[in-house]
Formats: sequence, structure tokens, C-alpha cells
Amino acid sequence: MVVLRGITKRFPAVLANDQVDLDLHPGEVHALLGENGAGKSTLMKILYGFYSADCGEIKLQGDPVHIHSPHDARRLGIGMVFQTFTLIPAMTVAENAALYLPDLPPVVDTRRVAKQISSLGEKYGIQVSHRFPVRDLPIGDQQKVEILKLLVGRARVLIFDEATRVLAPHEIEGLFDIFERLKGDGYAIVFITHKMREVLACADRITVMRRGRIAGTLTRSEATESALVALMFGDAIPQEATSAPLPPAAPGSALLALRSVNTRPQGASTPLRDVCLEISQGEIVGVAGVSGNGQRELVDVILGLLPCAAGKRLLHGEDATSWSAGQIRASGVGFVPEDPLGMAVVPWMTLSQNAALGDVAAYARRGGLSLGWDRVRQDIVTSFAALEFEPLSLYAPVRTFSGGQLQRAVLARELGRRPRLLVASYPTRGLDVRSAAAARRVLVQLRNSGGGVLLVSEDLDELFSLSDRLVVLRRGRIVGAFRPGEVDRHEIGHLMTDSEVGE
Amino acid sequence: MSAFTSPARRLRGACAAGVRVVRKGWAIAAARYAIVLAIALLAYAVVLLLAGKNPLQAYSDTFSFTLGSWYGFSEVVVRMIPLLLTAIAVALPSKLGLINVGGEGQLYMGAWLATWGAITFTGLPAAVFIPLLIVLGFVGGGVWAAVAGFFRARGLVNETITTLLMNYVSPLIVGFFVYGTWRSREVGASAFPQSAAFPEAARLPRFFDTRIHLGLVLALILLLLFWFVLEKTAWGLKMRAIGGNPEAARRLGVRLGLYIIVAMFVAGGIAGLAGMAEVSALHGRLRAGFSPGYGFTGFLISWLAGGSPLGILTMSFVLAVVFSAGSLLQITQGVPFAAVNVLMALILFVVLMKPRLLGRLS
Repeated sequence: MVVLRGITKRFPAVLANDQVDLDLHPGEVHALLGENGAGKSTLMKILYGFYSADCGEIKLQGDPVHIHSPHDARRLGIGMVFQTFTLIPAMTVAENAALYLPDLPPVVDTRRVAKQISSLGEKYGIQVSHRFPVRDLPIGDQQKVEILKLLVGRARVLIFDEATRVLAPHEIEGLFDIFERLKGDGYAIVFITHKMREVLACADRITVMRRGRIAGTLTRSEATESALVALMFGDAIPQEATSAPLPPAAPGSALLALRSVNTRPQGASTPLRDVCLEISQGEIVGVAGVSGNGQRELVDVILGLLPCAAGKRLLHGEDATSWSAGQIRASGVGFVPEDPLGMAVVPWMTLSQNAALGDVAAYARRGGLSLGWDRVRQDIVTSFAALEFEPLSLYAPVRTFSGGQLQRAVLARELGRRPRLLVASYPTRGLDVRSAAAARRVLVQLRNSGGGVLLVSEDLDELFSLSDRLVVLRRGRIVGAFRPGEVDRHEIGHLMTDSEVGE
Repeated sequence: MSAFTSPARRLRGACAAGVRVVRKGWAIAAARYAIVLAIALLAYAVVLLLAGKNPLQAYSDTFSFTLGSWYGFSEVVVRMIPLLLTAIAVALPSKLGLINVGGEGQLYMGAWLATWGAITFTGLPAAVFIPLLIVLGFVGGGVWAAVAGFFRARGLVNETITTLLMNYVSPLIVGFFVYGTWRSREVGASAFPQSAAFPEAARLPRFFDTRIHLGLVLALILLLLFWFVLEKTAWGLKMRAIGGNPEAARRLGVRLGLYIIVAMFVAGGIAGLAGMAEVSALHGRLRAGFSPGYGFTGFLISWLAGGSPLGILTMSFVLAVVFSAGSLLQITQGVPFAAVNVLMALILFVVLMKPRLLGRLS
């Protein structure tokens, strides 16, 4: 159906795609597997017209086509669901779908579109109430809207970029059911991921990419986990470090205590309600939940970026309810965000400048008139070494780093300050297997040396293997607290998503 | 022997290569500015032709009267002083990602408060008076801008809007005083909306028998300070972090609100100094509408220079020539002064085209 031949794309620093060939067949789920930065997303964005290839050709049903923009791609029946959704929150489902039509008429008949949506939805088992603005829908439903949008736009090739990232386990299964039905009607589906488990669950054909090249293509029957791992990493198979946490040590003294904390609702965010949480020395507290259920607010409250509307925040045994973000950071709280480029570093500054920003007061000389750059460089290099990371260039702007390198840089900076409490918000999101393993190892190291860690994650495997205690957040409330051994994934999954009575 | 010399030679080689790279960067930058100017001048020539003037004559007049004589050159430098100061007033907040469009208003308020000092404490000696005027000029412009900074820091109103709108207010405040309580009662002078003359001790010193005044020294020192603070100090690092990624800066404990307010205060103060220097050194009294839009031109300069100190210096000079040309062409060719705005707008247009233009060049 779609044939890609010799696709090559070079970005300033990297060769993202190098002579890539790929065939997509109707009625098939084709998984693109690979580490982050392997070139999967780039390849698909070329097919979708988001980037244009330096050379190579694309054939659709045997005819060569030129795709210069997403608009061209849509007209040719190629649609893509991005990692971050591209819906307009204030518009209804039907309006969003209409907006996406390749040939939007001057007068939009949203009722016709809505009718199409419900018939398509029935056919493929994608039920969404389409009368409400998209912002009122849960994340899982928003993804369904993305899919419906493509179907209404008559796309025949559907590309999913890391589509399961925001879904709970049973929602992922639901998505795979939808794949099955679409497949039966001859849609070609591309599923980009780096999660082995999902590939084996849904794909008919699996292409593994490594450093911009195709490492190999297997059919489902040939594929085994070990074969795929070998293809993904070549010889250098990463060792999943950590896991098997030490038996829970005698709880140390509490580093952080939240006492019935509430926050004020702001815009579309989920305010916290009556959150009580304690983190002691030498423990990792995991926070499970579907994205957007108050995780961000919880993290921001702990870091002092969001005031407590009610309740108390205690740090290291002192009342820290009114402390500023700077005071809290200075008291030994570090943080690792899900989006280091957007939240933890200044992209065009160098690594050493960003390292200095981590603790300007400590590096200031002569009252701030100059900075001790030698100390900064020495500290960050030492920290890289202590964490057993490969060193990075101190003088390159950090935006030139890959996601994994960037996350390592942030970890090195934060751990270099020897924090007593580390707030890690989706620290492995979007990281390749190797970088994620390194990040997890660091968290466990910190815990074993007596630090406290708050780990917010959507990866249940990660939460189960690292956490000493686990809480579930839903709609800004803590709806469950367990030790990882006491529950299984599905119980947590249901706690994460079930709607509360009376709300 | 060779074992000793070779590292040194290698080092020298590396230095030379470094210099060459720097020189090449300079050459590109210079070529870029030259091309921008050439295109703008060409387009302006068409405007002049359409107006029935001789562009070649106009340009050669401009050149000989501004850069061809010591007097002309000194007048260009005089024009350059307020442009330099107001450009810094825009460049500083821009490093924090703030857009200060209010240089003009801040300039007026600096002049206003300085004038209050000058006509109130008439008996002071110059050694006290000049520093006092500098402080008053700074505070006048600074407070005016800090208002916008405060509202921005509290997340209430965008500073671009407030500074822009406040530009319309401050000339009216100045007008209110010079038409009213401050109006000069001297014979002859009272016919115009202007304040009483400043005492001699309240006039900024001038140099070399020209109208070049102390403001130039202030401006150059501030330009140097601007570079030093931003590039070398801890505060500069934080400010650049705010500009580069406010979200990260906030999370790293930088007090965004404080920095925004202080940066706006200092920037406004610097623009205020421009106003103070104009009235104290050149006019010797506060006049309604004394600025021909220096504040706005400062914005243009900072923008053209991309906030770099050397760029600010260069572009201030170029636009000072343009300004001088405005008055000159009014006399020699009968082109209204406002026609300068056409040339400035053309320069801006060409600069906006720059990326594509340079892409084709390289």
C-alpha cells in the first residue's frame, strides 16, 4: 500500500534516517520499534509531510507521490496521531473532526460530521460522546477522538506515535481491540513504540530501527522478545539495573509530610483535595494515576510552586507551608521533571551554565559579581562520574542533547547537590531503555543512601519494581495506598480510572 | 629547541585561527548590516524620486553634512546619546523575555522628574546638582517602567501593552506641567510651553566645544555595565535563564517577579537618563514634545542589534545619522522631517526579511 525507499534525512547534528526502506500493507499493524532517537518518529513524520526527506521516494498504491505538507498527506489518506494530541480543547468532537477534513467546505455541516462520527464509532467500537468540548473528555477518550478524526478524514494509513503513553493498562487493551477491527477493514496501521510488551501484543509485522537504519523486520510469528532486543541494541544489551529493592528498611524520619493539602483550581488543572502524604528517609514513594489527575499539582505543591490553599506542608520536620520555591530547593529538595528541556534547563545555554543555574547561590563569587565556573565544571564532571554516566560536552548548548542525554544531565545536576528529597516526575518518559535504566538506578542509589524519593510515573512496571510504597491519585485525591506486593496491575488500573460515586 | 617552540607555535596558530574565525564572523555581520542599509536606502531613493526630489543629491548632502565635517559628526554623536540609552532600556528587559515598548514614555518621565529637581533646588552647586539630576532622571523613568513590571510580575497585564499605552500618558503629564504650573515666566520664553531655564549648575557639562555632553559617558558606561552584568554575574545568569526558559528558572528557585520588576525599573531608569540628559544638556529647560521619538527608535535599534552591546553601538550611530539626515533634508530639500520615519520603517522591513535574504546569500 505504502512503499518507502531510500529515505534519508539529516539534521544538523545527526543522521536521523539513513537509506530507510519500509513497506506498509493494508490490514496489518506494523510496529516500529527502537530506542529513542532511533529515527522512528522522524521516518513517520516524513511520511506525514511534517518533514521532507533529503532523498528517497514514497509510493502510494504503486504511484510515486510527493508529500510536502501534512495537508498533502491527509489528501492522500495518511493520518497521524501525535504524542501530544492536536485537538482544540474548546471545540466539540465534531468540530475537531471537521477541522481536520482534507476538503473543509466553506460552510461546515457539523451535524453531518457528527453523524459520520457515531456511525464510524459504532463500527469500530470507539464510543465517545461528541456533544461536549474536547477538554471535558478524559485523556483516553481524547485519543479516541484523534482516531475518529482520522477516520472521518478518510485516512487509510493510520500512524500512532507512542500512543499508549497516556493510557491505563485496560485502556491499552481497548486500543488494541480497535486496531483489530480497523485491520479487518483494510486500514494500514503503524504503531511507534519502544515497549516490547505492547509490540508483541498487537503487531503483525515488526520493524526494528537502530540509529537511523532498519535493523531488521520480523513477522509476528518470528518475533521473540530476545530476538527483538538483539535487533534493538545490537551487541550492547542494556542491563536492567535496579529492581529488587532492598527489604523496606526501618522507616527513617519523615522528610516531607503533606497534611490535608488542598489547592485552588486554576484553569483546566485538577486541584488537590485532602492529600496526606509522607515520605521518609530511605524510601521511594510511587504515585500512580492517569496523567492529569493532580500529579503535576502534587509535585508543584511539594516544590513550592503552588501554594497550599488549605493544609500544611512540612519539610524536614519544619512547617514549610509558606516557604518559597527557592527556600525549598535550598533546603535540599531536588526535582527531575518529565520534560527536562521545557522545565529544568535553558535550552540554548551550555551544560555548565545550566549546572550553575542549579545552585547559583553556591557558585556566586564576590557577592554575585562573578561565578566560580571552575567549581561548576568540576562538580558536574564529578557528579557524572559518580553516577557512572558517560561524560557530555560542557560547552554545547543543551538543546543539542538527545532526550536521554538531557535527562542524565539533569539527574547529574540534581544529584550533585546531594538532595535529601528528590521529586521525580515521569523521569523515564520518552527515554530509551538504556537511559531509563540509568535513571532508575540513580533513584534507587539515592534511596539506598538514605534519601527520599517521590516517583510519579505512568509506567506501572516501573512503579512496581522501584516503589517501597505506592499511592494512587485520581481527580486530585489519593484513592489508595499500598505496598507493591499487596496489589496487582489491574487493581491499580481500575483504581486509576473508575469514576467516583457522586461526582 | 624545536621541542620548546612547537607548542608555542601551535598555540599561536590556534590563536590566529581563532582570530580569523572571529574576523570572518565580523565580516559577515558587517556585510549583513551593509546590505540591509543599502536595500533600505535604495527603497528610500524611490520614495524621494516619487516626491520629486533628487535622491543622489539628498544622500550626498547627508553624507557631507553628517560625516564630512567635525561639527556634523559631533551632532551625530549628540543624537546618538539618547538612542544608545533607550536602546539599552529595551535590550535589558529583552534578555528576560520582556518587551519594553515604553522607552519614549520613560524618557519623558525621567526628564520630568529631573526638571522638577532642577527648578526646585536652584541654589545647589554643580557637584551636587549633577548627581542629583542623574538620580532623579533614573528614578522618574524607573518608577514609570516598574509599574508595568509590577503588573507583569503579578500576572495581571502584559508589559508590552502597559508600556506601550503609558507612552501616551507621560508626554501629557509633561505637557500638563509646562503649560501650567512650571511654565516659564521669563520674557520671550513664556510664549512657548516650556519650563523655566535650568540654573547653570544643573546643566550637564559639554566637551570639546561641541554639544557632546556627559550623557555620552553615562551611556557608554551603562553599555559596558549592561554587558558585564548579563555575561559575567550571577544575576545575569539568572536573568538570561528567565529569558531562556521562565518555567525552568521558576522551578530552580529564581524569584521571577522580583527580577522582572527590578529589570524594568533599571531599564526605565536608563531611558529616564536619556530624557534627563536631553533637557539638562541640550535644551536647558523642559519643553512639551521635546523628543522626536528617541524611545521608539531605541526599540528599533535594540531589535536590529539583537540585544548585543556592539550592535547597539553601531546601530545607534547609523540611526543617529538617519535622524540628522531628517533635519538636514528638511532644510536642503524641503522633505518633511517625518519622512525619516519612512526610511526607518524601510530599514525595519528589510531586517524582517533578513533570514530569507541571508539564507540565499550563504
